[in-house]
Amino acid sequence: MPLLEVSDLRVHYSAADAPVRAVDGVSFSLQPGETYALVGESGCGKTATGLALLRLVEPGRIVGGRIVFEGRDLLGLSEEEMRRLRGARIGMVFQEAAAALNPVMRIGAQVGEALRIHRGMSRKEAHAEAVELLRLVALADPERQARAYPHELSGGMKQRVMLAIALSCSPALLIADEPTTALDVTIQAQILALLRELRDELSLTILLITHDLGVVAENADRVGVMYAGRLVEEASVDALFDKPEHPYTRGLLRAMPGAGPADERRLPTLPGTVPDPAHPPAGCRFHPRCSERFEPCDADEPELSGRPGGGRVACYLHRREAVG
Amino acid sequence: MSADPLVRARGLTKSFRPRGGLFRPRGPAFNAVDRVDLDVMASEIVGLVGESGSGKSTLGRILIRLIEPDEGTVHFGGTDLLALQGEELRRNRRDFQIVFQDPYGSLNPRMKIGDAIGEPLTIHRLVDGRAQRDERVAELLDRVGLDPAMATRYPHEFSGGQRQRVGIARAIACGPRFIVADEPVSALDAPVQAQIVNLLVDLQEQLGLSYLFIAHDLQLVRRICQRVVVMYFGRVVEEASAGELYREPRHPYTRALLAATPSIVPGRPAAPALSGEPPSQTAAPEGCPFHPRCPEAIDDCRRRDPALIRIGEGHRVACHVVEKTLE
Ligand SMILES: Nc1ncnc2c1ncn2[C@@H]1O[C@H](COP(=O)(O)OP(=O)(O)O)[C@@H](O)[C@H]1O
Ligand SMILES: Nc1ncnc2c1ncn2[C@@H]1O[C@H](COP(=O)(O)OP(=O)(O)O)[C@@H](O)[C@H]1O
Ligand SMILES: [Mg+2]
Ligand SMILES: [Mg+2]
Repeated sequence: MPLLEVSDLRVHYSAADAPVRAVDGVSFSLQPGETYALVGESGCGKTATGLALLRLVEPGRIVGGRIVFEGRDLLGLSEEEMRRLRGARIGMVFQEAAAALNPVMRIGAQVGEALRIHRGMSRKEAHAEAVELLRLVALADPERQARAYPHELSGGMKQRVMLAIALSCSPALLIADEPTTALDVTIQAQILALLRELRDELSLTILLITHDLGVVAENADRVGVMYAGRLVEEASVDALFDKPEHPYTRGLLRAMPGAGPADERRLPTLPGTVPDPAHPPAGCRFHPRCSERFEPCDADEPELSGRPGGGRVACYLHRREAVG
Repeated sequence: MSADPLVRARGLTKSFRPRGGLFRPRGPAFNAVDRVDLDVMASEIVGLVGESGSGKSTLGRILIRLIEPDEGTVHFGGTDLLALQGEELRRNRRDFQIVFQDPYGSLNPRMKIGDAIGEPLTIHRLVDGRAQRDERVAELLDRVGLDPAMATRYPHEFSGGQRQRVGIARAIACGPRFIVADEPVSALDAPVQAQIVNLLVDLQEQLGLSYLFIAHDLQLVRRICQRVVVMYFGRVVEEASAGELYREPRHPYTRALLAATPSIVPGRPAAPALSGEPPSQTAAPEGCPFHPRCPEAIDDCRRRDPALIRIGEGHRVACHVVEKTLE
């Protein structure tokens, strides 16, 4: 049984004229213990999808779909039940670790706060457990760092603290939204290694949200590619990198600076940009940027269907091949 | 072979005192840029890499005289840049420009982008009257891949990639010879990043420009730069042609940076090559500044500061361990 099953999720934000359809009919599921990456350019709805799992899309609204987590439909829970779930069963870390920490509160107290709220620990118990959590996330000298204020820590250290807070109540699911985007590659490598260790040690299921396919290749088991609020391709990491089926996925992979011959100064480009989600193009949302489009692409939106090598893809090219 | 460099910097040093904060007293001064020598040849793209805080932006800004160094010299096309004053400096400024990571911050939100691009043309009196200016702005917009009709729009109406094109148009408006590109694509997604990088390469080839290209993506630097300089804690620790640096990185820091670069091949990555954090706003440790994080450090590294020595054609390294292998 999957740990999480999302079906036909829709998240809207309001705008002056038309609603911003940030997430527009997304379905996927997470198996226990796997790391599933959501990738795509900025504005494709990755963060909105992650926030919807916690029902934290304000000022937007979840206007449709089902989110079943550990057998319970989250969209049917009361606000109180949802509050108990957040932090306890589902933890989250964001790109801006610094912004999420309280500047005038010691690190140990911030890690301990969740323990006191969710696990009813005393101040003293919470402090001792906070030090253990800081040790778990491999923060050097945890006793001393527990007494420090956020400004005394580097970006990488703050991200470790955020992880300690997210893990404080032993969640089953960790949502990591661009957890290393603001960090140097050296520190990114450390944090990603830590995530892999924690996953194995704590049997965590991880939803890894990133715009960087480089982070995906080495850290995820399966990948969902989002474009303009839709999931356009989903496959195991091996299958996706070996043979991307959707022209958007191919474009993303080719534009990576490490792809292709290193002596070619110019990179293959994917022209254009992500459309305004309040006014997506008709038909396949990617067709205006697609070099392989043909007749049906600007008329009807392709649905996800089975893809060679396993997984799913939403593209008429593939349908045409499948039909003959 | 040895033509004179377009930009020639020697012994550049700049110290700062750490910024104080609400809860933080100001500490003692440290060298953000520490005795740096650097040449940029005409029509050359030199890559500058290193973790944040290593002094890349400070060095870039010194080269175009946005920051005054404490020590050292900068010659631009043979002219002593640091000796220029007043009107003379202003006149020379059209030769060297900067492109920032987010040009949004440097664009006036209430100024139409046509005016923003045209402003330097007017300041340097390169156009005669409004009509000529508008014509030149239209040319520039077209050159950077934007619709000339966009001249009447405001910055907030532009996407990240388009704003970067505006920043580039402004930088090339007065026909510079040298551009410091300070992480120009770091904030962009890969597809848009590729579009902007290709534009920068096109302009470099068409206009014979030289760039100091500051970046943290080593794969990107490898593609477009002829030469790469690696900085750590204000020092140049290695410098080589791009081909050689990636084929045979010698400094342990360069090797660690390369190893930390994510691979686009699925599979289990190696353990992180580098533990610890880059030093930040503190006094330099005794010896080699990298030794506390260096997996290969020997006794010498804790005692003496290594000199930047030449180990091959255009290849320089500051490392006791490498130096020992040469003896
Ligand atoms: N608070 C908000 N108000 C209006 N639109 C929003 C808001 N938050 C996100 N959006 C829009 O929703 C879309 C998806 O955003 P997001 O989920 O943040 O994308 P991603 O994480 O893939 O970059 C974007 O077009 C974004 O502009
Ligand atoms: N105006 C300033 N005052 C005090 N410290 C500064 C100032 N500008 C930069 N620094 C410090 O100098 C060091 C180098 O900074 P910078 O050149 O921006 O590095 P990089 O561009 O490699 O990230 C950093 O420790 C930074 O915090
Ligand atoms: Mg996001
Ligand atoms: Mg910088």
